[in-house]
Parts: sequence; structure tokens; C-alpha cells
Amino acid sequence: MSTTAPAQPEVAERPPGSVFRARARPPRPTALSASLTFAWRALLKIKHVPQQLFDIIAVPIVFTLVFTYMLGGALARSTGEYLQFLLPGVVTQTVLSVTMYTGSTLNGDVAQGVFDRFRSLPIWRPAILVGALLGDAVRYLIASTLAIAIGLLIGFHPGGGLAGVLLALLLLLVFAFSLSWLWTTLGLVLRTPQSVTQVSMTVLFLLTFASNIFVDPRTMPTWLQAAVAVNPVAHLVTAVRGLMHGTATLAQIAWVLLCCAALVAVFAPLTMHRYRHQRE
Amino acid sequence: MDSPSELAIEARGLVKVFGEARAVDGVDLAVRAGGVYGFLGPNGAGKTTTIRMLATLLPPDAGTARVLGHDIVRDADAVRGRVSLTGQYVSVDEQLTGSENLVMLARLLGHSWAGAKARAGELLDSFGLTEAAGRLVKTYSGGMRRRLDIAASIVVTPDLLFLDEPTTGLDPRSRNQVWDIVRALVAEGTTVLLTTQYLDEADQLADRVAVIDRGRVVAEGTPSELKASVGSGTLHVRLRDPQHRLKAERVLSQALGVPVHLESDPAALSARVSDPEPVARALARLSRSGVAVTHFTLGQPSLDEVFLTLTGRTAEDSTKDTT
Repeated sequence: MSTTAPAQPEVAERPPGSVFRARARPPRPTALSASLTFAWRALLKIKHVPQQLFDIIAVPIVFTLVFTYMLGGALARSTGEYLQFLLPGVVTQTVLSVTMYTGSTLNGDVAQGVFDRFRSLPIWRPAILVGALLGDAVRYLIASTLAIAIGLLIGFHPGGGLAGVLLALLLLLVFAFSLSWLWTTLGLVLRTPQSVTQVSMTVLFLLTFASNIFVDPRTMPTWLQAAVAVNPVAHLVTAVRGLMHGTATLAQIAWVLLCCAALVAVFAPLTMHRYRHQRE
Repeated sequence: MDSPSELAIEARGLVKVFGEARAVDGVDLAVRAGGVYGFLGPNGAGKTTTIRMLATLLPPDAGTARVLGHDIVRDADAVRGRVSLTGQYVSVDEQLTGSENLVMLARLLGHSWAGAKARAGELLDSFGLTEAAGRLVKTYSGGMRRRLDIAASIVVTPDLLFLDEPTTGLDPRSRNQVWDIVRALVAEGTTVLLTTQYLDEADQLADRVAVIDRGRVVAEGTPSELKASVGSGTLHVRLRDPQHRLKAERVLSQALGVPVHLESDPAALSARVSDPEPVARALARLSRSGVAVTHFTLGQPSLDEVFLTLTGRTAEDSTKDTT
């Protein structure tokens, strides 16, 4: 209770009135406005618990430094040269690892009673998830900016210049947003945040390591090359690398956008279906 | 008041099945607009499931219901626009502050940022939460959470408010504050449907009560009708020596003219009495026959007694059966 301790409950002392009579309902918020409100909610949580930024700060630093210096010498005989190849991939991997938390966060979130209230509001229903993902986009942006900044510090020279890097970032964020719908589906299908994290990590491990992030796939056995050829993350890395170095083709970018569209087309409706039938 | 259009809730044969269990098994309801309607029953009786269906959070498996004239399935959006639900478990965001919670909801209901802040401010003020407005909800006491929860439900004042066990687990002072809020809302024209496990609460607030057990309405009426059906009260007697219990049972049932129950406590007996008059005589006769009484009470019927009368089982047994 508050420090004021009147004998009578303070609620009763106030004249009942307009507070309990605010029946006029403002116009229903637009889908965009509702989504932005949920994005605001996601950002408030970061503000109140800044420790959760630890992941998105530690992951880019550790990944960039460890992979460059540990693997650089062995794989490319020179860390400097390898960095030009590796950094776009590490930025990609960093952002994709950060997307994983979306699922476990959502899993813990929907268990809260407040989701009942959200569900009972007359709003555009996907706004809850779109808003959460927009909030997450801020975290992706921080993680990717950090990874690129570290790369530049240790000698990364993007041939595509600032415009190339920004376009690469944009493409990466679009892909991260699309991939997040896979995590939201898992987040609503699986029972606990722990199981969500485990499954997501396994999926992500396969997607990122069976790709061209660390090495040229031509060094891999044929069956693995075939796997890499159909891995959407490999297409993404090719395009991001191309954009940063100014060598990307339209076809490479189109492939990525196609993957994004496919991810959203499959997993957004699945997520919404699960969301609607949660706890029924 | 009696025309069907004045009914806030009209339900026929509502059914909800979870796996094998028929959580709600054919509930009929007619709740008039205005005032408080109580839903009385033990844990697992189907109270929460019923109001979640009425609030459009769960689709019914069978049956129909109209809330404020709108069908809960075909017209769910229209229902959502006019009702509000405060769930049994706190339905505010614990990781945000009290103020942020209300601003967020006001935004989601269509207020501008300025309008949302103004509405949040006046609600916090009326609910005695201004000082705590900037603190995270997870630091709130149970009573503060409840009040914030109800404030969150009336950001736009609903025509019908569902309160699911609003005072379970609250201390008496917080409970009184919640009751005052409910009375203030009703005074301003909101219809309130509340579920409770406490006969006392239904008695204090509700104009009419439905007793629900195993997914069915087993009785309906005003709290006084309900209590009258159980007798005016119950005499509880506790003996010094449990060995005397059978003797005491015989003496009491003769003096009172009603059956006497043997409680699970081996030294305790109880009897429902319609009239306090013979109680004094019965107790005197007990002491004359040499049975020492350590304690006796003559109280209002409890929920357990209402249940025993209406269903032949105690509320506790009922809980065990359905879970």
C-alpha cells in the first residue's frame, strides 16, 4: 500500500463521477498505430531491463573477434583478407542469432494474463506480433551496427561504400523480420521458453553453419554444397556480401526477397492461427 | 425492466468441453442490465470458463449467448467493443509501470497520446495509485495490482464488466476498496458480473446470484432467497470429549428437531437451524445431560452449507471431483 493511510479507503472518498462514466469510445486505432503501440511496449521493456541488451552487445563482439582471429589465419592464411570475406557473414549470423530471442520472449509473454486483455481488445490482431517484431528490429539494428563498427575498426573495407553497407543492413533487417515469424510460430507451439531456445538454436545452427558464412562452399562435399544451395541464409549472405562490396546482382537480391516472402507467407498465418487458439 | 431488451446477458445451453471434462455443461442465464450479478461456486465449477465465453475469449462448443444484444460468436467484435474482462490472474503487464500500462491500453483503444496520458492520470488518481504510477507493476502489492487491473478494464467505461474473483487473496482493506470501486461503477450505470467463492461477497454486492457447480447452474435468486433456502444459519458445536459425540447428536437432534451432522473433526457437530429460538434450549439440555461444550457458534450459512443443501456435496468435494 501507499504511505498515506487514511481510515477510510481512499477510493470511496472521491466523488464517483466522470472517471467511471467515460463511455465515449475513440475511433478504433489503425493497424499501424496499434502495431507502433506494441513496438513502444517492447522498447519500454528494454528501457526497464537494460541487461537484456547484453546479448546483442556481446554476440557481435565475440563473434566478430573470435571468428576473424581464430579462423582467419587457418582458413585464409591472413586475417586481413579473410575479414573482407567473413565480416558480412558474421554480421548476418549475429543478427540471425539475435532474432532467436523473439520466440522465447513471446513464449513467456503470452503466458502472462495481459495477453487475455490484448486478445479481448477490438484491434487488428496481428498488431501484437508485428509490434513486438518492430521492437525487436531495434535490437537487430543495434547488433548489426555494432558488428559492422567492430569490423571497420579491425580493417574491414566495404567496396560498396556507405550506400552498399546501408542497403545490406536494410536487406538483413527485412530478412530478420521475416525469419522472426518462424520463431514466433515455435514460440507459440512449444511449451516453455527453454524448449523454444533449444529448438531455435538447433535450427539456427544448421542454417548458419551449412552456409557460406565462414568458408566458400566449393571446399565442401557435394551433398553439403547441395544443402547450401537451397539454404535461404546462404542466399542472404551472398547478397549482403555482394551489397557491402558493391558486386551484388539483382537476381541475388531478388532471391532473398523471395525467401522473405515465403517465410512470411508460411509462418505469419501459422503464428496467427496458433495465437488465436492459444489457451483454448 | 423485464423486457428482453433489458437483458445484459442471455445464455442458453452454453457448453465447453476440455478433452474429457465438460467444464461448462449447459448453462442458462438471464442477467438484467444494471447492478451486480454474482456467479458463486467453488474452484473448477466452470465460472471462469463461462465468463471467458461470454467475453468472447473462448468459443462455446454448444449453445448460444447474447451479450448486450449481440451474439457472442457471430458478433464477437460488437461484444468486445462494449464489455471488459478483469481476469482471475492479474491481466496487466508486470514489466511496465502502472502509468505505462494504462497509457498503452488507452492508445490501443484509440486515444491520442495526449488523451491517453490524461485518461491514465485521472484513473490512477481515482484508484489511489498516483504515487505508484512510475513504479513497475511487479513491485505492487496484491491490492494495488487488483485496482490497476480494474482501472485497465475501464479505460473506456464498459457497459458490462466481467470481474473474475476480484478479491480472492486480498486482505480485508484491499477487498473493501475493490467493493467500493464496483459500487461506484454500478452507480454510474455499468452492469457487473462477478464470480466469487465467497457467499459473503455475493451478499455484499450482488443483486442476484447464480450458484454454479460442475458446469451447471444449480440455483438462482437473490442472496436472501438463497440463504433462506439453506435455513437462517448453522449451529456449530465443539465438545470437550469426542466420546460424547453420539450422545450429543441424539440430544441436539431431539431438541432442535433437525438432523445433526457429524463433522470431520471428531469433537464437532453442526446443524442447520431455521430459527435461533430453540438453540439456547438445546444447549442447556446438552449441559444438563453432562456433555461439556468448549465452543459453539450460530452463524450465517457458509458457501459450503449452500453447496451441501443444493448439491448434496461440500464445495471442497466438488472441487476435487472436477479437477
